[in-house]
Amino acid sequence: MSGNTLADHLAIPYPNIGMAIVEKQPETSAPSATPLTAVLHDWLTTVDHKKIGIMYILMALLFLVLAGVQALIMRCQLWWAGNDIVGPDTFNQMFTMHGTTMVFFAGMPILAGIANYVVPLQLGARDMAFPRLNALGLWATLLGGLLTYFSFIAGSPPAIGWFAYAPLTQRNFNMGPGVDYWILGLLVTGIGSVTGAINLVVTVVCLRAPGMYLRRLPLYTWMAFWANLQILAVLPPLTAALIMLLFDRTFGTHFFKPDSGGSAYLWQHLFWFFGHPEVYVLILPAFGMISEIIPVFSRKVIFGYEFVALSTVAIAFIAFGVWAHHMFTVGMPRALDMYFSAASLLIAIPTGVKIFNWLATMWGGKLWLASPMLFVVGFMSMFVLGGLTGIMLAVAPIDFQVSDTYFVVGHFHWVLIGGTLFGVFAALHFWYPKATGRMLNERLARWQFWLLLIGFFLTFGPMHISGMLGMPRRIFTYPADRGWEFWNQLSTIGALIQAPSYLIFVWNVLWSLKHGDIAGDDPWNAWTLEWATTSPPPSYNFETIPTVQSRRPLWDQKHPEDPDWKHEE
Amino acid sequence: MNHASDSLAHHEGNLDPVKAGMITFLASESAFFGTLIMVYLFNLGTAFEPEREPYTPGKMLDLPLALPGTICLLLSSVTVHYAAKMLAQKKDAAFRLLWLATITLGIVFLGGTAVEWRDMIHAGFNISTNLFGSSYFTLVGFHAAHVTVGIILLTLVLALSRRTRAIHRHEVFAEVVSWYWHFVDGVWVVVFSVVYVFGR
Repeated sequence: MSGNTLADHLAIPYPNIGMAIVEKQPETSAPSATPLTAVLHDWLTTVDHKKIGIMYILMALLFLVLAGVQALIMRCQLWWAGNDIVGPDTFNQMFTMHGTTMVFFAGMPILAGIANYVVPLQLGARDMAFPRLNALGLWATLLGGLLTYFSFIAGSPPAIGWFAYAPLTQRNFNMGPGVDYWILGLLVTGIGSVTGAINLVVTVVCLRAPGMYLRRLPLYTWMAFWANLQILAVLPPLTAALIMLLFDRTFGTHFFKPDSGGSAYLWQHLFWFFGHPEVYVLILPAFGMISEIIPVFSRKVIFGYEFVALSTVAIAFIAFGVWAHHMFTVGMPRALDMYFSAASLLIAIPTGVKIFNWLATMWGGKLWLASPMLFVVGFMSMFVLGGLTGIMLAVAPIDFQVSDTYFVVGHFHWVLIGGTLFGVFAALHFWYPKATGRMLNERLARWQFWLLLIGFFLTFGPMHISGMLGMPRRIFTYPADRGWEFWNQLSTIGALIQAPSYLIFVWNVLWSLKHGDIAGDDPWNAWTLEWATTSPPPSYNFETIPTVQSRRPLWDQKHPEDPDWKHEE
Repeated sequence: MNHASDSLAHHEGNLDPVKAGMITFLASESAFFGTLIMVYLFNLGTAFEPEREPYTPGKMLDLPLALPGTICLLLSSVTVHYAAKMLAQKKDAAFRLLWLATITLGIVFLGGTAVEWRDMIHAGFNISTNLFGSSYFTLVGFHAAHVTVGIILLTLVLALSRRTRAIHRHEVFAEVVSWYWHFVDGVWVVVFSVVYVFGR
């Protein structure tokens, strides 16, 4: 083995990571460039996983705001029965772009960004396995987003829902170019997601620090690893389906045209074979973030590491066999209904295992309700509620009643916001000091948390009720005599309470960059390797590659008198 | 150790990142082709009315015409295997010969597909004719596209092998390209069985 210092690494002529370190030098020393150009050039050409991670996150936040504005437009339209601020076409375009953006250009990139930043640090690596491929992934994802949004300029954003059910997507129903841009955008983003997933998986498999056996992986890295394995398995089927759709629209093929032998039902199978594991792609990393934060803020080792780790594997596998619970009302054979109900219910077991392990970690711990932990508590309470409505929906007879109503909208926002978004905010508050060297402002964080929690509750709680009262999804308005107006107005008020919480977060991020308290290397007194280096870490991450002897390498360093490895094996 | 990955961190195990990357990529490719094959089977099972339809698998697909290309592609898996072996043993001339044979066999396969498609299109059968045409040309076309990419990669490796010293870790790249080629062959075995043998 070669030496560990930076000089040794620079001395190695070839590749992957060496390049990341060497490449930066000419840029920073270019004398003719203005400072702004130099900074821009540095960021746009970087292959440093940390900068790429930050750019993923910034891109995701930008799209989050765009999709949030679309949501507000929909909520305002639904304020009164019979309202017509925006017409049906615009409304359809809004919910299509809102869903597409949230899943592909906000949710996945923000998780890819955090994984990009944190995973190599937690592994004790100097970068991802393929730094240039990493940059490609970022720019492909952004290009995909821009292509999809180009449909606004091209005249007609797609009005097909994020699931793009056939045959609504065919030329005779959607003549404009919007659907084509939507397809191309998702195809290009898919390239970004798949290359990113390959990179992350290989990084975890190949670039662990000495002693970092798989059984010692930090749980966040472990769960991000499984989420990315899922991306590898389900993004290519979506790509294949999108290509067939593109061929239908462009070359006159017949895949999803029922009138010439094709099948709309096939599209639903293909889409949800991607679409359901996709929700685990969005939630597993959040589970990982929670598993990382709870022990630190409870001052205890995670309870049942093996069970938390293996339940992730169970979820990842079962997730491949549940997709048709999105299709109960299509009219499948009864045997399929029963199978998909049972398989979907089964997922509640490994998820429950996680919840109980987290609770057991907190139990008897010395709880510290700093902002990351606050969001974790929000996550746990809200995600359990969303999980319960998920169990209801997994039962086919209940689904027959409430499918395609606002009950479903309430359910999946409850898990995506109450789960993924709260987890992401917990993670951003947890790792912001590492990335910037400064703490986020606690007072602002608390305002953000409570506005988000209350606004979220008020937005999506009433949707369960309007859904039970029979209000269908994807309608731009509704008659006054159905008793839906009150619940819709509550939802809209909730959305208006939520909106400032995001602005407070953006303000906090910007303000703290200059004025936040100095964080130091390890502000939370945590135990994983990212806290062993400086804040922010140098481009080479670690001056000396650490050697790992337990699941909490930094604890071992801090407590040589009572290291974890004495107790673990 | 002169492996690139060692410059990053000292990793557990001996798997080279480039090799691991190719394995992961091929896994995602399997999901892609798996989907196309499932769609082909789904359409085969539901949509054809052989009596009234002039363009059906039975009428359009010609096993004797597809067989020579298939044999060439299978043979090329053998040649690329031994080529990689020769490279590992530093027998450069043998490596180049076998590698060139692989490329030639790949081109012959593509030529066979081209002849087959020309006849079909002349007979009025193309991707938009009916559901079978859509499924067939999409599946076989994406496979052919992968063969084409494979030939380009093989050619690149061969071209760069003349300057072996300049190309760090030439053997690793040759090896993963040979894996890609094996994969494309393996996919064809499945596609051929589904389309030409069982699906007619």
